[in-house]
Amino acid sequence: MARIALKSIYHSYTFSQKDAEKMSIPDECVGTEGFVVEDLDLLWEDGTANALLGPSGCGKTTILNIISGLLRPTNGTVLFNDKNVTGYMPKERHVAQVFQFPVVYDTMNVYGNLEFPLENRGVSKKDIRRRIETIAEMLDLDDKLKAPIGSLTPAEKQKVSLGRGIVREDTAAILLDEPLTVIDPKEKWGLRRKLREVQKELRITMIYVTHDQHEALTFADHVTVVKEGQLVQTGSPEQLYADPNSPFIGYFIGTPGMNLFDCVLTDAGLQSGNIVIPISEAIRSKLALTHGSSFQFGIRPEFVQISAPRKEKWHPFTVTAIESLGPYKILTLNSNDVEIKSRAPEDMNVSEEDHVWVNFPEDKSRIFHKDVRLV
Amino acid sequence: MKNRAWLFVAPVLLLVALNALVPIMAVINYSLHYSFAGSAPEFAGLNNYIEVFTDPDFLGALRRQFLFSFCVLLVQIPLGILIAMQLPKSGKSVVVCLVLLGIPLLIPHTVVGLLWRIMTVYEVGIISKIFSYVFDYSYRVTQNPVDAVLTIFFLDVWHWTPLVVLLSYAGLVAIPDQFYQAAAIDGASAWKTFRYVTLPKLRAVLIIALLLRFMDSFMIYAEPFIISGGGPGNWNTYLNQYVARKAESYELGYAGAASIAYLYIVVVCCFIFYTIMTNLGKGIKR
Repeated sequence: MARIALKSIYHSYTFSQKDAEKMSIPDECVGTEGFVVEDLDLLWEDGTANALLGPSGCGKTTILNIISGLLRPTNGTVLFNDKNVTGYMPKERHVAQVFQFPVVYDTMNVYGNLEFPLENRGVSKKDIRRRIETIAEMLDLDDKLKAPIGSLTPAEKQKVSLGRGIVREDTAAILLDEPLTVIDPKEKWGLRRKLREVQKELRITMIYVTHDQHEALTFADHVTVVKEGQLVQTGSPEQLYADPNSPFIGYFIGTPGMNLFDCVLTDAGLQSGNIVIPISEAIRSKLALTHGSSFQFGIRPEFVQISAPRKEKWHPFTVTAIESLGPYKILTLNSNDVEIKSRAPEDMNVSEEDHVWVNFPEDKSRIFHKDVRLV
Repeated sequence: MKNRAWLFVAPVLLLVALNALVPIMAVINYSLHYSFAGSAPEFAGLNNYIEVFTDPDFLGALRRQFLFSFCVLLVQIPLGILIAMQLPKSGKSVVVCLVLLGIPLLIPHTVVGLLWRIMTVYEVGIISKIFSYVFDYSYRVTQNPVDAVLTIFFLDVWHWTPLVVLLSYAGLVAIPDQFYQAAAIDGASAWKTFRYVTLPKLRAVLIIALLLRFMDSFMIYAEPFIISGGGPGNWNTYLNQYVARKAESYELGYAGAASIAYLYIVVVCCFIFYTIMTNLGKGIKR
């Protein structure tokens, strides 16, 4: 069990550690090409379920490998329970890692696979048996212990590779690198729930890397979003959803993502094309201070109010597409190049090319300037 | 309509027939007859086969052949894997290494034989000279059986280990890093990592390497023939040369029976190897 902290981590696959020492990190290398992780400070509390979320190629796997010790960062320190483990080998850090595809030892059966990490650490046969029985039961693998590994489904193999991690009693953390990538859709849900169950039962720190926001939000208590090797926002799923600190988070989290469009501040309010969104004095004063006049307006689809009959002060839009998603439908609305999506109840009677009236409630609106949230 | 499919398969069937079936049938036909130097063939039943398997010369050649192939495989396969593991995984040096290693494979058997024959000529060839200067030993391929046998052995190792290296290398670079990372996290030693990650993942290419090298070494002909004419005595006479000698002396029925026996042995051995290798350690606990 461990509280894991990363302190000003930089990593490059092109520069060696020696190069980096000459470069006087951090000043010189910020924005330097070749750094996949830049100036990262992260903290994961002991015994929590965490997600590390970001688009493909943003450095998530690199961060994970730095935590597990498979990679030594070009610069920075890795702390486990405030102890500096930067120079430690993976074996000495007692972490477990589950990879994108099931990594199992083909020539061993399930028992042999689970036994392997314990045997390498010199645990006695009796303790090994006891441990494996506990873990196998937890993972629903108890009737498969003698089965050859080749006869298992990908989901079961993934459980075996998770089992190899948690079978050790001293496991400090479990790192999961997009573990559901190759799992059948119908088994994904069950496996994810199993992961969550194991986390709750063992109270073990778990870091779940994924590019799928849905997986991250449903799995974790705490989500960290990374983009291009830099931290964007960290917080609970609810916080990220309700209060994105940048348009990136707004758009990345939620299906569909937040509606975002450029607008300028005028006397009448925020204007985009011929839409003018009135704003209160309090917000106006916040915007007007120093930020000039161009902003980005954002609102989540479910907060966009729509009405078929005309309403005073609401904005006219044309319906350009309708996607039915069962209990509700997603409307794509357009008005002079401003395109937004809105969630409407399934029984709302609209069809394409219809004109509707739209309102953006002020308390649900978010306003960004140069990628930073102001309101 | 269904019969039309045969039309498309026909060219292949014809090729296979001309390539394999017709020659084999012809040889089987010979093997069942007494046929000596053009005299009218006379049906012999299995007598030729009985003669082959009771001929001490044939059995001697067969024994030497097995010993040779066994020793060659025993050295070439582990050595090939070992060299492949030392090669760089990326960068420009990969190409250089692979090309250098590949050179012996491009040299024809006869040329390899000649190269080594020149190197082992008594008191002239470089190998012979090294032995006499360094070890004060007169290395004579044409007179000393041990020298002759060792020459063929090292020649084959030099010529064909690169094939095992190339195959193993292809297998090694195809193993995803994650398997090694998992082994590191599981605290596996270098030997265990090799035993439980590398070796099982190389299984498929090693089957190919083993089969190719077995078949090829079992059919060695040109090199011992060139180096010492299969001598001294029968020390360097392997099956191929033995059968060829019989055919050259127009004992066609006998040579046919020996050829079929030879073919049968190769096929059976390959089948055994293949079965063992594909089932090796599958799902067995350790």
